[in-house]
Amino acid sequence: MSADKGLVENAAGRLVPTVVNGKEQVPFAGVAKHKPSGARAAPSLASCADFPADGNKVVKDLKTALKAAGLKDGMTISTHHHLRNGDFVANMVFDAVSEMGIKDTMWFPSASFPCHSHNIQHLDSGVIHHIEGSMNGPLGEYCSRGKMRGLGVLRSHGGRYQAVQDGEVHIDIAVIAAPTSDAFGNSNGLTGPAACGLLGFALADSQYADKVIVITDNLIPFPCIPWQIQGNYVDHVVVVDKIGDREKIVSGTTKITRSPDRLLIAELTARFVREAGIMKDGFSFQGGAGGTALAFAIYLRGMMKEAGVKARFVRGGSTRYLVEMLEEGLTDYILDGQTFDLEGVRSMGENPGHVWTSPFTSYNYHGKGNFASQVDAVVLGATEVDVNFNANVVTHSDGKLLHGIGGWQNCLFSRCTILPIPSFRDRIPVLVDEVTTLCGPGELIDVIVTERGIAINPLRKDLLDAVKGSDLPIRDIRDIKADVERICGGAPQKPRFEDKVVAAIKWVDGTVIDSVRQISG
Amino acid sequence: MAKSEAGRTGKDIRSDCWVAIETASSGGLSLEIRSKVESMYGTSFRQTVEDGLNLFSIENARVEIEDKGALPFTIMARLETAVRRLGDPVEKQFLPDMAAQCTYTTTRDRMRRSRLYLPGNDPKLSVNAGIHKPDGVILDLEDSVHPSEKDAARLMVRNALRQVDFMGAERMVRINQGDLGLLDLEFVIPHNVHVVLIPKVESPDQVKAVDGKIQEIRKAGKVKAEVFLMPIVESALGAIKAYEIATASPNNVALTIGLEDYTADIGTRRTAKGRESFWARSQVVNAARAAGIQPIDTVFSDVSDMEGLRASVIEAKSLGFDGKGCIHPRQIQVIHEAFAPTDAEIDRTTKVVLAFEDAQAKGLGVVSLGSKMIDPPVVKRALHTVDLAIAVGKLKGNWRDEQ
Repeated sequence: MSADKGLVENAAGRLVPTVVNGKEQVPFAGVAKHKPSGARAAPSLASCADFPADGNKVVKDLKTALKAAGLKDGMTISTHHHLRNGDFVANMVFDAVSEMGIKDTMWFPSASFPCHSHNIQHLDSGVIHHIEGSMNGPLGEYCSRGKMRGLGVLRSHGGRYQAVQDGEVHIDIAVIAAPTSDAFGNSNGLTGPAACGLLGFALADSQYADKVIVITDNLIPFPCIPWQIQGNYVDHVVVVDKIGDREKIVSGTTKITRSPDRLLIAELTARFVREAGIMKDGFSFQGGAGGTALAFAIYLRGMMKEAGVKARFVRGGSTRYLVEMLEEGLTDYILDGQTFDLEGVRSMGENPGHVWTSPFTSYNYHGKGNFASQVDAVVLGATEVDVNFNANVVTHSDGKLLHGIGGWQNCLFSRCTILPIPSFRDRIPVLVDEVTTLCGPGELIDVIVTERGIAINPLRKDLLDAVKGSDLPIRDIRDIKADVERICGGAPQKPRFEDKVVAAIKWVDGTVIDSVRQISG
Repeated sequence: MAKSEAGRTGKDIRSDCWVAIETASSGGLSLEIRSKVESMYGTSFRQTVEDGLNLFSIENARVEIEDKGALPFTIMARLETAVRRLGDPVEKQFLPDMAAQCTYTTTRDRMRRSRLYLPGNDPKLSVNAGIHKPDGVILDLEDSVHPSEKDAARLMVRNALRQVDFMGAERMVRINQGDLGLLDLEFVIPHNVHVVLIPKVESPDQVKAVDGKIQEIRKAGKVKAEVFLMPIVESALGAIKAYEIATASPNNVALTIGLEDYTADIGTRRTAKGRESFWARSQVVNAARAAGIQPIDTVFSDVSDMEGLRASVIEAKSLGFDGKGCIHPRQIQVIHEAFAPTDAEIDRTTKVVLAFEDAQAKGLGVVSLGSKMIDPPVVKRALHTVDLAIAVGKLKGNWRDEQ
């Protein structure tokens, strides 16, 4: 679609397109305002009679599978990011699609990584029409420069599930990279040379896509237990030499940040959680693998031990540090979304208290509730935060699209959302007057922890009261921003954009919360 | 026609920039600026560069800059360094504004438990030094600066003194030895330096020379605030002369020791146990105490060994030192905790302070606690201990109310 069809101002005051890639859009109406009705989408009906009675669905190669799945021009093909920057499969798929002479496909990844810049050639040649999914690094830059034919559509993990479930996106063919699978298609991520932990990001695709192809480099005899992906959803199984580069899938050891400033921010964040009374028996929090989030978990663990406090559950991404907390009895459960290191993979395979979740259980807007809103404290990153606590995670201050949303928007629904961020990086202010791209409304963002003090959202009077009398450096967000501007030499200029809209940012309910424009120059 | 360059660029460089100038006899100015913050601060960047060239009356030149997110004070320092390196004598200085956050003062007897060394030519490290709450920051012009970059570091430190908010930390500068150090003073003293660290002092004359130069600059520049001195003993001779050095100037507030050079000078190596430096450290403590100034211990240089640091501070405290040097911000908290009085010490000293105040209120000349009489030096020490306990949060500011 073309962006000049008209933009409307949404409830957040942002100009957004009314039609995206040929589909009518609903502008963001406010948090928890838009509630679509109707029935869940469904794939076409299958009959087991059409499948081999011996359960062997292995076909010769990927092209054979794609052909059998009925690949045609213009189809939507999905892939997933559980192999992260070590993934070979998404590139393999579009190489095959290209060799088959197919054009104008829509690539629907759960996320893309820098390793997928390989597929830029297929965007250039017309094999891929556009991407709906996160665009990291080079793909983000490609989109930002206006080179993609369709609009990029960025959704959260929960938003992706929502779009699949309510039929906004129909997946024609899902290709699921499986570290271990049997010939029936039962698969998991726990073992095999490309073990990654879990396959939750592919769950919706397995249930809602018309055709499902599992691709593995570790075929084992039936049954593959546990079956994180059920073979009953799978059409074809393809065996290849390698589905990914082990080194880049999970790290052997997760490293804590060594930056003294970030350690200070992490420590302040943990102290906030303690002083605000959130850290108490039976509480829950979400860790992460980012340097600061990891350090936060380590500081909090020390404080929990000191105070003799135990958590009921911790939300992953899991790492060695969360695994240690589980094994030390500091938490009853890890509810995991993804595993970031080998210790996480091991623990998930061995420990019944280490439980896998999917975007359905944790984040989906069309679920009857989800886990994210039951977490007491969540720490998240951001590229920019403005004085109204609105935050941006997808573009940098120069306007370039560089990151995906991931589970970020979904996690904002926690009881206390904390963004531990530096107030500026080099000469790039992180605290600004107005975010370049709105990804999360300020009303859901409770606390900003910077190296220059902690700002609490004025809407959270309870938190302000809770830390009254503590020696935490609580400040007005505008005062911290003023410090940043003094240091950086004034407020930054706004980036210059072309008129053309290159991407739409979805809110968790499927409405459009903001748009990204082509950068100038 | 002259060429020069200054600053740093490259893949791993952040918060700095590289400036090259090539002057010509005609043709006006041509600026080529490649900045990673072009979209945010491009206009302001150009303005800064034009202001600088205008100040130094450079009208015909090609100026090339590669910027990795340098803050304005860094850009100004790099540009001025490049201009000075063209070779012509330069009278003017390209000074950033003196920020209100840079004008606070110090006191002779303030706490000096931790002092954080910051390499003078690396702007990235100084900007956030204050958030880690050291008692003092040392902008270093000496060992951490390569001999070919002394001119650049001097301007960088000067500009940092005018722009960086060290958030209450005492603002110290370590100058170079000899004449180079006296030249350093001209550039930094007018910009609210609290304490000058003098390296490798072996005679009181060195202290007097620095002090004399400082007074000269203060007078000429109408600098009202006092500038204190902290001589560093780093040799056998310096250790022998410690008392003379400690009493060389009324502006001395502390005496410290640098063990890397000292151990080399006495023909041995520094060990973890530190027996080789026991005498020198005690000598410094005694010289400083005799002179009525603070004895401050050497730097602990293994940034990964926090337990070693803690043990080292506890040992320094037991020898009589009031402070310790550090080279990484994460060392600061450990130092403060280790210098903090123990619960038993706090219990005893608060009783002493209350007894003293009680005696004062009653107009009694003699302070006694139980059946014991308390001497004035014990009271003074107790007051210091109470301050330390309050500083680390082990005692509330209003502890008297809770007694």
